[in-house]
Order: sequence, then C-alpha cells, then structure tokens
Amino acid sequence: MDIVIPDFTPAIPEIFILSMACIILIADLYISDDNRFITYLLSLATLVGASLLTINLHTGESVLTFNGTFINDTMADVLKIFIYLVTGVVFIYARGYLQDRNMFKGEFYVLGLFGVLGMMVMVSAHNFLTIYLGLELLSLSLYALVAMHRDSQDASEAAMKYFVLGALASGMLLYGMSLLYGVTGTLDIAEFRTNIGQIADPNQIVLVLGLVLVIVGLAFKLGAVPFHMWIPDIYHGAPTAVTLFIGSAPKIAAFAMIMRLLVDGLGSIHAQWQDILIIMAVLSMGIGNIIAIAQSNIKRMLAYSTISHVGFILLGILAGSKAGYSASMFYTIVYAIMSMGGFGMVLLMSRAGFEADKLDDYKGLNERSPWFAFMMLILMFSMAGVPPTVGFYAKLSVLQAVVGADITWLAVIAVIFSIIGAFYYIRIVKLMYFDKPEDMTPITSNAEMRILLSANSLGVLALGIFPSSLLALCMAAVPNL
Amino acid sequence: MFSDLPLLSLVIWTPIIGGVLVLFFSKDEQANSARWISLAFSVLTFVLAIPLYTMFDTTTHQMQFVELTPWITTFDVNYHLGVDGISMPLILLTAFTTVIVVIAGWEVIEYKTAQYMAAFLIMNGLMIGVFSSLDAILFYVFWEAMLIPMFLIIGVWGGPRRVYATIKFFLYTFLGSVFMLVALIYMYSQSGSFGILDFHGLRLSLNEQIYIFIAFLLAFAVKVPMFPVHTWLPDAHVEAPTGGSVILAAIMLKLGTYGFVRFSMPITPDASNNLDWLMITLSLIAVVYIAFVALVQKDMKKLIAYSSISHMGFVTLGFFIVYSIIENTGNAQGAALGINGALVQMISHGFVSGALFLCVGVMYDRMHSRQIADYGGVVNTMPVFAAFMVFFAMANAGLPGTSGFVGEFMVILSSFKANFWIAFAAATTLIFGAAYTLWMVKRVVFGDAVNEGVKKLTDVNNREFFFLALLAVVVLGLGLWPAPLLDVMNATVDHLVIQITQSKI
Repeated sequence: MDIVIPDFTPAIPEIFILSMACIILIADLYISDDNRFITYLLSLATLVGASLLTINLHTGESVLTFNGTFINDTMADVLKIFIYLVTGVVFIYARGYLQDRNMFKGEFYVLGLFGVLGMMVMVSAHNFLTIYLGLELLSLSLYALVAMHRDSQDASEAAMKYFVLGALASGMLLYGMSLLYGVTGTLDIAEFRTNIGQIADPNQIVLVLGLVLVIVGLAFKLGAVPFHMWIPDIYHGAPTAVTLFIGSAPKIAAFAMIMRLLVDGLGSIHAQWQDILIIMAVLSMGIGNIIAIAQSNIKRMLAYSTISHVGFILLGILAGSKAGYSASMFYTIVYAIMSMGGFGMVLLMSRAGFEADKLDDYKGLNERSPWFAFMMLILMFSMAGVPPTVGFYAKLSVLQAVVGADITWLAVIAVIFSIIGAFYYIRIVKLMYFDKPEDMTPITSNAEMRILLSANSLGVLALGIFPSSLLALCMAAVPNL
Repeated sequence: MFSDLPLLSLVIWTPIIGGVLVLFFSKDEQANSARWISLAFSVLTFVLAIPLYTMFDTTTHQMQFVELTPWITTFDVNYHLGVDGISMPLILLTAFTTVIVVIAGWEVIEYKTAQYMAAFLIMNGLMIGVFSSLDAILFYVFWEAMLIPMFLIIGVWGGPRRVYATIKFFLYTFLGSVFMLVALIYMYSQSGSFGILDFHGLRLSLNEQIYIFIAFLLAFAVKVPMFPVHTWLPDAHVEAPTGGSVILAAIMLKLGTYGFVRFSMPITPDASNNLDWLMITLSLIAVVYIAFVALVQKDMKKLIAYSSISHMGFVTLGFFIVYSIIENTGNAQGAALGINGALVQMISHGFVSGALFLCVGVMYDRMHSRQIADYGGVVNTMPVFAAFMVFFAMANAGLPGTSGFVGEFMVILSSFKANFWIAFAAATTLIFGAAYTLWMVKRVVFGDAVNEGVKKLTDVNNREFFFLALLAVVVLGLGLWPAPLLDVMNATVDHLVIQITQSKI
C-alpha cells in the first residue's frame, strides 16, 4: 500500500492560521487582563501573516490537493484576502466596544480566527464534505461568539436561536448532499459534475430533491427569504462587535460556497435552480427592503438591509454567466465593506452602558461630529446604491448581468425595490442632518477606530470614483466556464 | 492658449475640489473664509467656462472639447466628455447661476455656512458633468450624485416642512432615474457600448423603442417636471432656501428637458414620433392647467414654482411638436424653429425664474413671510427693488424685449404650422402668464403699504442690487439680441432635426 504524502503548499495559509490560533489560545492563558493587548496584536499579526502567505503563494493556476478535496485558485485567493482584511478591521473596530463591556478576552480573537479558518476551508473546498467541514467550523465559532456576553439575556437568546436554526439548516444541507451522493456516487465536485449528466431518468427527481435541500441550506446561511428569520434576531441580540463579524466576512464565504456547490457542481442544471433563485431574490429584495422601513433599531434595520442585499447577490448568480458570477462576487465584497462601515458606526457611537443601536441615537450627528456624519452619509448612500459610491456599481453590475441574461423584467423589479430601500437609508441621513441632537455627549473612541472607519467610508467613495480595478479583479477571479 | 487644456474637466472638477476645500472651514468663526473661498471658486469656474463659448465652433454639429479616457474597462465605460450647441449654453448658465447663488447666500446663511456653500459648489460641478457627459454611465453618475447635495440643501437649510419636501424630492427623482438606468443597461446589452453617441446610431425595433422611451420619460418627466409627476416641485421650492430654489428652477429642471433632446428623441425617434400626442397633451396640460393653478396660489414661491412648470411645458411642447410640423409641411425649417424656441426658453427661464426666486428671497429675508397677503405697497419703501421685481415679472409674462418673449414666441409660431388649436392653447399662456405674474406683482408691490412690517422695509443693499442688476442685464440682453445664443445652437439643432426624423426601425 502506497501512502502518498499530499502537497501541503496550497494549504499553507490555512495551516498557518490554525497553528497561530492554537498558539494564541494557549498563550492567552498566561496573559493577564492588563496585557490582553498582546493577544489582540498577535491576532492581527496572524491575519497579516496569512495575507502575505496567500499573496506569495498565489500562482494564478488552480491547484488541487488532498485527493482533490481542496482547491486553490485565483477566486479562492482573492476571497481569502478580503476575508483577512474584513476580519482584521472587525478585530480593530471591536476592541473599544469589548473593553467597555469587560469582554476584551482572548476568546473573541481565537474564535474569530477559527471562524476565519472555517471560511478559508469553505472558500477552498472542492468536495461536499470539505464544504460542510468549513461551514461547521465557521458556524460553531459564530454560535460561541454570539453567546460570549453571558450576562446578556438577549445575547443568550440569540445564541440559542442561532444554534438551533443553524443546526437545522446544516442538517438540510447535509441531507441534500447525501441525496446528491446517492445519485452520482461521488462527493468530489469535479467528478460530480461529470456524473451528473449520466443520471438515469427515475433518479432525476432525487437529484432535484437534493438540489432543493442544498439550496435551502445555502439560502439559510446567506439569509435569503424565506430562510431569513434568524438574521434580525441574531443581529439584534448579539453584541455589536459580533454582529459586525457575522454581517461581513461570512457573506464572502457563503458566496464561495454557492460558487463551489451551485455553479461548479450543479452548473449544468442551471435551468433547474434559476427559477428557485429568482423567487428567492425577489422575495429577499422585497421583504428585506419593506420590513426594514418599520424598524426603529439600527441593528435590525441593517439586518433587513442585509436580506435585501442578499437578494441582489442572488441576481448575479442566477444570471448564470461569467459576468453574473463576477458581479455577485463584486457585490459580496462591496457589501462586506459597506456593512463593516455601517456596524462600525454603531460601534463608534456606542460607549460603556450605551449601545447606540436606536435610530434616534443618530439624531443631529452633524452637530456633534460633522466628519462622522459625513462618513455615515457616504455609507448610507452607498447601501442605497446612489453614485458616486461603490454601492452603485455593485447594483449596476448585477443589473447588467440580469439584463444580459434576457431577464429585463427582473431588473425592473430590482430597481423598484431599491427605491423602496432608498427610503430607510436616507431616513438615517435625515436623522443625522435635519434633526436636532438629543444628547451632546462627545464621541469617545480610540484613534485607530476613527482612522480606520474614516478610511473605510472614504474607501467606499474612492472605489465609487475608481471602481475599475476591483471590478477587473472580480472578473479575473471568477473561473471561466 | 486654452486649446490644449482639458477645459470641460476643469470646469467640472474646479468647483468640486473647491467644495471639498470649503468643508475644512466649517467652524463658525471661519464662515467668512468659507464665503470668500466659495466665491473665488465659483467665479473661477465661470471664467474657465467662458472659453467654451469664445472658442466654440458654430459651424459644426460635432461634439467639441472632447475628452476620452477609459474609466471602467470591464464595462467599456469611458470618461467621455464633449459639448455641442445644446449643452454649451447650459454649462454657462450653470456656472453663472452658481456665482449668483453664492452671492445671494452671503449674509443670509448663518447656520453651517461652509457646508451650504460646499453643497452648491459640488452640485455646480456635478450639473456641468451631466451636461457634458457623452457616456451614459458617466451621465448617470453625475445625474444621481446631484441628488445628494440637493437633498441636504433642502433638508438642512429649508423651511418648516423641509423634511417632507426633501424626501419627496429625493424619492421622486430617484424613482424616475432608476428606470432610465435599466434602459441604459438594456441598450448596452444590445450595442456593447455605453457611449451616448453610439446609442444614437443603435437600431431598435418600435417595441423596444417604446419601452426605452417610457423609461426615459419617467426619468426626465419627473425632473422637468411634467404633469402629473410635478407635485414634488412646489413642495421642494417652497421649503428650499432661496439658493436651492434658484438652482432647482434655473438648472435642475433643464436637466429633464436636456435629457429629452440628448436621449429620448435621438435614441428613440420612432417612439417619439408615435407618442408625440402624449407629450403634446401633457405639455398643454402643463401650460394651461398649471397656469390656472398658479393663479390661485397664496404663497409667492409656490406661484413661481407653478409658473415654472407651466413654462417648462412650453419647452417640451417645442420639442415634440416637431413631428406634426414635419408631417404637415414636410419642412424641417419650421421644426428647427420649434426646437430652437424651446432651447432659448430653457436658457431664458433659467435666468428669469432664478431672478424671481431671488426677489422673493430678498423680501423673505426682511419679512420672513412668503405669503402674498402679508405684503402690499412694497414700492413705497423699496423702490429700486420694486423696479427689478416688476421687470422680472414682465419677463416671466413674456413681454417683448425680454428673453422670456423670444422662446415663447418661437414655440407658438412653430406650433401654428402643426395645428391651430395646439397653437391657440399654447398662446393662452401669454394671457394667463401675464395674469398670474402681474396680479401677484400688483398685490405685493403696488398700492399703499399695508402693514407696519412693509413700512419698515429697507431697500436692496449693494450685494442684492449687484446680482439683481446682473440678471436684469442678461435677461434684457437676450431679449433684445438673442442672435449670439441662436448662432451657437443652429448647426446642432439642424443636425438634431435630421437625426430625430430618421426612422431607426
């Protein structure tokens, strides 16, 4: 019996993150509360190290390893870089908030890093089991993160809900995968793709059933209607620092999961899943945007806004073209950046004993801090898709993919919902600029947060004026079909 | 010496950079620096725009001062600028109006002066960008970006119902534009380019044209605004600060009619031809019905706002009457007359309505009321101001010798070639326009001073005299000698008439 030693090179960043997470976990035990800063710096250094490794190991080719269960291609590299970036920013934004609430513990960072590892595995998965493995690693880290604030009833409730519903969705996904395995006899995505054409007629129904269950699982993780119920409650209940994490980086991983499962694996039966995605996209945009109007809590509002953005992400995928997939990828990355800024603002405004999660807390921000009011203005208009912010190009590129796929009516529906959506975004602007402040407490937050949040918002504006490079990057990253 | 400078880019970006710069002077004690910097940048922009006129080649319909750089390569979007005889005068109008607005807001705006000035400067650049874009996405970016500063101007410095008015304004215009976006993307999927000039040559079936026409109509009709989507305008005007009203009336409304000549008519000529009855009907409703609405207004700003809608009806009438003229006479000459008239009306209305809003602003600053009933006998205490007000009112009513007359007369003249009754209905505006404007002037300016407030009024100061006089000179100049304006437009309009009458099916 030959034992083949697999090529570890493509997975070096993953191995690095895993080792570092373990080291930090142990080192943190010996670090006193006063020196917790070291854990924080180590975690950031880990992310920087992983980015350097990913960039250095980038070959531009797609490499399979571990018996074809793990793939490293341009898309994986690009998505990983953004996952590091977003997570790094989350870590920095979260520090002040965690310190104020006595939650500045090593666990946050270690769990965050394990979450990153899970996302990286999802992004690079080339086998149904690897996808599931990555997903569970991510989900378990997130469940624990939500529950981190033990004294808070809301957080415990959210963690419980998240865990039960998440487990249910994972079960659906796993069941779908097992059906797909049943009809094709393989879990490997490349093999699956070739076997799918040879399925005997009576088994077609099993294939479709498997497909539907897989889509249910994916839709849950993304938060598409009708599997969106968890999003508002968990976003609301979780500590804002954790909401920030859940709301940004995992969307990138979820996009990768869709690309691997639906596009790579099930691409040949695109016609079968296109209609399902159309319905989910329309419902997500509709319900997300309409219900967001009724919210008075900004975290809930942003949660519903997430749902509507997911609808837009689905638009690009259902178009079924290279342009569509790269548009969705662009949208996902842009969304992660915008959502980072949006929740970042909530963190910036909060202080010990004050969550700043009511819409009314934003009243008269222009009087209190014109600079950050302007930053929030950019973010809100970007989420609404008004140029010259990058949110506009995200919408433009998915609409273009949809029109290119000859589903112009869907583009019309999408823009109608984006008008409805514009209302609640500009309501924030209204509160900040047109209303008088109710509380004049100066905004206290650490300098790194202020600088980074400004860079985040200005980045949204700068990418809106020069969107070309990011668009080209997404175009190059999506594999040719 | 200017020929190798990217003039259009300079005219677009100078005020935007100036606006950003002004934002750094946002402390209350720096308000004066903010004012002077804004004035400097707005004047500089206007000066930079002057070579566009002096170096303009009036013999060609081709785009001039063209700049072309790839911008978003993935979608073939270019940073493509250029002007022709239609857009160039509008750019000058925009740059000029911004200077006036900066001066008009000088002492009046005390709350967050820097932000106020910055919003107007940035908007100035964005509006010029709209007029000079030759790429559909670039156009759309400027078109939508403009909403943000205007949204803030009305919302922050507006009247008591400003929040309602500005959200209504934003959603209405956003609603219209997104459908245009879908139409633009559709044409891109057909032609593989976002170039507006490429769209002009794109063949489209009648069905496609009608859908695209309707999408454009939604975008532009809201901006013009045409009946029945005009209701945001009176609200926005009444609540906006004076400067906001001036920019809205003088330039924003022109963006809608500019869209018709740049997009709707050349891109979908067959649909425009088929649906011209709809456009003419809506225009006539605006001209006649809205004039009646204006007659009964009690608020001066509202009255002028309705008068704007009525006048803009003339512009759309002048554009879409073309098809019936050619059907009736086969003569492109008459058609060109209508379009020329409409374009002159656009420019003239920019000056006249802007001036009227400034007049109301001058009174409002003293009395804090816009109600006609609160005034009466203003002439007794403000004789110089009264003279200006009467003059601009006459221009608004279309008195010969003012710029208001030239455009209206040309449009009415050309509509006679199409249909007597259309011309008749349009001509009634000369009566109704005179009725509502002069009646307002009578109640506000003439008679005995009605109350203590009016008795205590002081006449215009130097600053106010300066901008009113400047506008009066322009209005009178264009009225007596419109030739410089018409010369610039001629070649472009002749080409446009050919373009919009060639079937694309």
